[in-house]
Amino acid sequence: MKSYSRLGTYLWFIAAAISLLISMFLAVSYGAKDISLQSVWAAVFQYDSSLTAHQIIHELRLPRVLGAVITGMAFSVAGAIMQGVTRNPLADSGILGVNAGAAFSVAICFAIAPGLSYWGIIFFSFIGATATTLFIIVLGSSTPGQLTSLRLTVAGAVVAAILHSLSTGIAIYFDLSQDLAFWYAGGVAGVNWEHLRVITPIVLLAIFWAVMIGRPITFMSLGEETAVNLGVNTGRIRIVGLFIAVILAGSSVAVAGAISFVGLVVPHIARRLLGPDYRVLIPFSALLGAVLLVWADFASRMVNPPQEFAIGAMVALVGVPFFLYLARKEGREL
Amino acid sequence: MNAHKEILVRKRFRRAVAFSLIFSLVAVIVVLISLNTGSISLSPASVWQTMMGYGTNEEKMILFDYRLPRIIITMLAGIGLGVSGAAFQGTTRNALADPGILGINTGAALGLIIFVSFFRTMEGPLSLLIPIFTFAGGTLSAFIIFLFAYDRHRGILPIRLILVGIAVAAGISAVTLILSLKLDEETYSFAARWLAGSVWGRDWIHVWSLLPWVALLVPFIYSRSQTLDILSLGDEIAHSLGSHVTRERLLLLGTAVALTCASVSVAGGIGFIGLVAPHIAKRLTGPQHRYFLPVAALIGLVILVTADTIGRSIFRPNAIPAGVVVALVGGPYFLYLLFKSKG
Repeated sequence: MKSYSRLGTYLWFIAAAISLLISMFLAVSYGAKDISLQSVWAAVFQYDSSLTAHQIIHELRLPRVLGAVITGMAFSVAGAIMQGVTRNPLADSGILGVNAGAAFSVAICFAIAPGLSYWGIIFFSFIGATATTLFIIVLGSSTPGQLTSLRLTVAGAVVAAILHSLSTGIAIYFDLSQDLAFWYAGGVAGVNWEHLRVITPIVLLAIFWAVMIGRPITFMSLGEETAVNLGVNTGRIRIVGLFIAVILAGSSVAVAGAISFVGLVVPHIARRLLGPDYRVLIPFSALLGAVLLVWADFASRMVNPPQEFAIGAMVALVGVPFFLYLARKEGREL
Repeated sequence: MNAHKEILVRKRFRRAVAFSLIFSLVAVIVVLISLNTGSISLSPASVWQTMMGYGTNEEKMILFDYRLPRIIITMLAGIGLGVSGAAFQGTTRNALADPGILGINTGAALGLIIFVSFFRTMEGPLSLLIPIFTFAGGTLSAFIIFLFAYDRHRGILPIRLILVGIAVAAGISAVTLILSLKLDEETYSFAARWLAGSVWGRDWIHVWSLLPWVALLVPFIYSRSQTLDILSLGDEIAHSLGSHVTRERLLLLGTAVALTCASVSVAGGIGFIGLVAPHIAKRLTGPQHRYFLPVAALIGLVILVTADTIGRSIFRPNAIPAGVVVALVGGPYFLYLLFKSKG
């Protein structure tokens, strides 16, 4: 096995952090409306609510960029954990239908109780994510014979398709469809400070928790038997890991919609750069995921300004070729 | 032995005819109900009178300008999807193959949006060209899928085919949405609705753009029933029976893609019918294509017309895309098949 030096790890972390800062800076500075860099800086550090430019930065761009950072972190860590504890290289909260489950219950909330608080929405989103996860686990375990990860992935994707189709139906029926982009593939355009105040602590705590169980997850990702021999309670870690993934996915979907493929692509790149140790992999995936979503959001604003484009479709443009590559590689072992 | 076989054949034939008749009857009933539902209801009696030319002007307008073209589109698309699904399953030897899941539909959507960006309209005589564009898009997506699902040593791997199809569908629909957003907000919202499977064709011109494809390709596929039977036995047996396996398979796949793309071009991206209809038909009349294809066509018709009617009527005043209604039934059925099949 290739060895990964400690110095290299530090350097990669520093590089990722710097590129995240640069990406955030660019994404805040440029947008549909031209605002000079001076006013951008002034708006961030000396906010004056009487200036329109400052308001645009402070009320629109800053929250959405931070929203992209937080949800990018959440989705990629959720993907990393799911890949580790299920040992399915194609696992991703979007592909396996967890996001779609969360989005479905958010759609119901919007339709039935439009005035629900963010806490309420996050709670229901979380319930939707949990229910889908349980459903897929039960489907997987109730099948006679061995269940290949590819088959489970197909099942998850079809569950996602059904739920997505239902959400679209609800959105069209209750006329939520003016924001069809959100239902189609999510977006961080609607993120505001209130959202951030609610989800940031949840996401950060969940990521911290994930790092805490990083060691056993690493063992599990190397193989069930290895983990058992090393004294890991695999059943418990699997449940805790999936629980964390569900929290992360559920809270992110509540503010940004169902975004797929982030959780698939990012952990694989991180693993290739830094190796399989989840204590390192999880925080690094978080940084990379944040960079990816900041750029995806930036691109979705700049494709055709001032129109917004679905961020999830942007990610799909990168994620799908990557997925095809992985599926082809995995297919050899089919 | 021979006499026994003959009895079996006759029995199968009788079953096929019986089920064809039953589903024809169901289809007539469903179409009548569908003609009857809408914001202004028309009783079967007045539908009949209007058809015969005795209706009031208002009734004539509702029936001939609004309801009839839409229902004919739904019927034709249902037939096309049912038959093309059967052809996909037969040629790929994959019980789970469905044009919607395989991403052929989203390829068609890409073609449709390219059409819109060229001609800036979806009405008028130019609509006759729509199926050609959707066919090009669908072929592109089929090509990408088979490229990725094909293994040099083992041919097309069933589960990988599905997985690749799902991913390609996600990618192509992303490209489609980006292109449509580049055009204008309205096209974007149209593309999103199309992908959800809403029957949008309303005019006679859309009927005319769909009709020749269904009228030519469905009989063509039916005429190749025996080839489909042989192909579904597996490559080796097909070879030893003297069939040009690769050529026949490509021809039939191309036809299936064309039929799918024409069907969804004016009806919207409806998945799962191509999966469900052939399976039910096969269960009722046995695995021989010449017996179950007509039944599959009729079941496809019944499912799509019913789904469209439900989407239009139960959820008034807003309509729900027929594709959503179909997915609600077809999706679980897919999961059932996925977990029932072994290996």
